[in-house]
Amino acid sequence: MAGKTLYDKLWESHVVREESDGTCLLYIDRHLVHEVTSAQAFEGMRLAGRKAWRAASIVANPDHNTPTDHWEEGIKDPISRLQVETLDANIRDFGALVYFPFKHANQGIIHVIGPENGTTLPGTTVVCGDSHTSTHGAFGALAHGIGTSEVEHVLATQTLVAKRSQRMLVKVEGQLGKEVTAKDVALAIIGKIGTAGGNGYAIEFGGSAIRGLSIEGRMTLCNMTIEAGARAGLVAPDEKTVEYLKGRTYAPKGADWDKAVAYWATLTSDPDARFDAVVELDAARIEPQVTWGTSPEQVLPVGARVPNPAREADLQKRTGIERALQYMGLAADTPISEIRVDKVFIGSCTNSRIEDLRAAAIVVKGRKKAPGVKLVLVVPGSGIVKRQAEAEGLDKVFVDAGFEWREPGCSMCLAMNADRLEPGERCASTSNRNFEGRQGAGGRTHLVSPAMAAAAAIVGHFVDIRNPF
Amino acid sequence: MKAFKQIDGLVCPLDRANVDTDAIIPKQFLKSIKRTGFGPYLFDEWRYADHGEPGMDCSHRPLRADFVLNLARYKGAQILLARDNFGCGSSREHAPWAIEDYGFQVIIAPSFADIFFSNCYKNGILPIVLPAVMIDRLFAECDANPGYRLSVDLESQKLTLPSGESFGFEVQSHRKHCLLNGLDEIGLTLQHADEIKAFETRHKATQSWLFAQGA
Repeated sequence: MAGKTLYDKLWESHVVREESDGTCLLYIDRHLVHEVTSAQAFEGMRLAGRKAWRAASIVANPDHNTPTDHWEEGIKDPISRLQVETLDANIRDFGALVYFPFKHANQGIIHVIGPENGTTLPGTTVVCGDSHTSTHGAFGALAHGIGTSEVEHVLATQTLVAKRSQRMLVKVEGQLGKEVTAKDVALAIIGKIGTAGGNGYAIEFGGSAIRGLSIEGRMTLCNMTIEAGARAGLVAPDEKTVEYLKGRTYAPKGADWDKAVAYWATLTSDPDARFDAVVELDAARIEPQVTWGTSPEQVLPVGARVPNPAREADLQKRTGIERALQYMGLAADTPISEIRVDKVFIGSCTNSRIEDLRAAAIVVKGRKKAPGVKLVLVVPGSGIVKRQAEAEGLDKVFVDAGFEWREPGCSMCLAMNADRLEPGERCASTSNRNFEGRQGAGGRTHLVSPAMAAAAAIVGHFVDIRNPF
Repeated sequence: MKAFKQIDGLVCPLDRANVDTDAIIPKQFLKSIKRTGFGPYLFDEWRYADHGEPGMDCSHRPLRADFVLNLARYKGAQILLARDNFGCGSSREHAPWAIEDYGFQVIIAPSFADIFFSNCYKNGILPIVLPAVMIDRLFAECDANPGYRLSVDLESQKLTLPSGESFGFEVQSHRKHCLLNGLDEIGLTLQHADEIKAFETRHKATQSWLFAQGA
């Protein structure tokens, strides 16, 4: 019998019961909750007179709607404010292990605070009404986004009705080039397999280049798994994972720690495990990436030119390219390095951790924002990230360059708060989605790594950061 | 949940791949704390020429005449014909809420994004996956024949064309059972509460740290 994949081990250790058609009740260890996708679930619980099955599984905080400046003025938009206050009331009524209300010192993006406080652990199941829950797979946790009906189901039963996914191994071997980051790896993978390439799969990332990534880099990679269509991404825990978790607030302590570390060591795919699909990439060939279209799969190395639809034989694809170029206001064959930006956004659950801010600051130090760039927002992922960055003086580097240093939150990744693009504005963004209107109606998004975004802010257009600029 | 059994409905074709949930229902409408009332804002940026905000009365908003939902021949459509990877991106259940509130009960596509696919079943919407060649044919027939209707029967898992030709489609039996009967999944799961408790006891024994004081 073939060995087991990491995904299968995680799955099988959480099956409560299984129906004849393979539908399972899967036990959920951690339930992350934010304000946008939970109100209707709590309302459903109330109407049915139900209590939370295990409130101590809940880690919650508002992040999508919260402003990133003038916190002393509160949340000005009354609809946003009501949604955040509704979360306050729901957590008060139903309970939680961790709750950071708006303006709490540790508040942040839910996918940043879970790992930061040690509630995300290897071997656990983690769900959240948010597709970027895949982030937590970086720890060897089975983590994925769910809908609001499922949020209610998990609140009421601590389980999810689910069927096992197929398993895909994405193997990246070799050494990543200078200035090539986890974000570039993620975009290169999506460029290769497409935004639907991972539909129906859970992806395990393996290979020497993945093992070489830091835990924060692995979070960036797993975060973007959903943009490849796979709900869950996984990296097997190793000594870096253990090192990262040690001493965190909710990480196991004492004898529990030793037991946990021993258990986590078993969480790898067996050498003879079978995957339903295997995709291989050569790390050395991955270059800094820039998306040019309105889907994350519309991505190219920074040295390339925007595609020409006339060269696409497939009618569906040609129409797709034409539509994307029109929306993006780009002419076919334009060198990517000639695309000028109006705004720059450094933040989001993809790239708002301390290493991301450091990478951006190295590029920015001693330089100024290009005159043509209207706004550069730097939005740390959490209060803890913000304080760490300030302790290192990164905030000064950004402010001296003419960037804005903001309070933590989701901000211009999805523009539910006041941070947004105006119609026609073009943005270099470290976020995860370049969909039409994602960062504001009519806004044009180019996804890049933090260093690439910072360089675009300094020069005013995209540049290959591997060369002097 | 509302049950779904069968339908004979007008088909509306949306001919683009990778339709994401941001397009289905833009972010500003996610500020609502209700489950209903999203239908008028379905595909808001593609459908209207102005910028939509929650609470707006859509009856007088300027329409984008070329968007398929605004064409007279597709008024009252209950079946949405779509392309690959429909519903990708954000997990927002507001997307199926908006689709259902607008009046669609069936979506037919060559493939769906996983989270959206699952969210449909929680809201009485049947997502049907058909081979790409079949989808191409449906698009062509729909385009050529105003008033093009399809008949969908969940019990027999059959899609019937106006010509009388029938095609089968796949549905997971658990999902089919819930959808046919409009079952409350939480109620069903809680029938197994003892098994969940027993699992929890075993789980505590192997991963005690997940249940430790303060964690």
